[in-house]
Amino acid sequence: MEWLLSALILIGAGFTLVGSIGLAKLPDFYTRLHGPTKATTLGVGAILIASAVYFSLHQSLSLHELLITLFLFITAPVSAHLMAKAAIHIRTRSIQRTQNKPEFDSEHR
Amino acid sequence: MLDTVLQIALAAVALAMLLSAWRLIAGPSKPDRILALDTLYINTIALLILLGLWLDSALYFEAALLIAVMGFVGTVALSKYLLRGDIME
Repeated sequence: MEWLLSALILIGAGFTLVGSIGLAKLPDFYTRLHGPTKATTLGVGAILIASAVYFSLHQSLSLHELLITLFLFITAPVSAHLMAKAAIHIRTRSIQRTQNKPEFDSEHR
Repeated sequence: MLDTVLQIALAAVALAMLLSAWRLIAGPSKPDRILALDTLYINTIALLILLGLWLDSALYFEAALLIAVMGFVGTVALSKYLLRGDIME
């Protein structure tokens, strides 16, 4: 069982790290949006499942970690959608190679 | 073995927080900073849960849940502010 816990924790931490590397490294806002909003929720999900398994084994049955998982899985798409909408509204530029740009972005290039 | 894995995971999540904090400071546009804050609070949830596993205590769960709720409200408020120029209409 310790192997399962270790694997879940490593997967979670790895995905969290990859999401933040994507946030730091990718070239413009619209590409940066992809990294954290997907990878980080999966990472935190794996860590929370590991926590639920650990506390179920060592103390009484503990399922309240699933509450955070559920909440994150509901709210992550909503916040990503709102951020993308705000970015388009204030006319954040995308990189040159982006296809199907909105009107404001392809004008002065 | 779990202790070693937890140390590695704590280091990885701390590095992830450093990277998103760098994006929060350096990010060229306002939505970048909002996204960095969003990532930062999700990383904080992961860090708190890992700390709860490390110290073998279930006390950190409530803090993580509160950060999840408040962080979402913060992200929505900041995005709404950029969209409308006002939060409460």
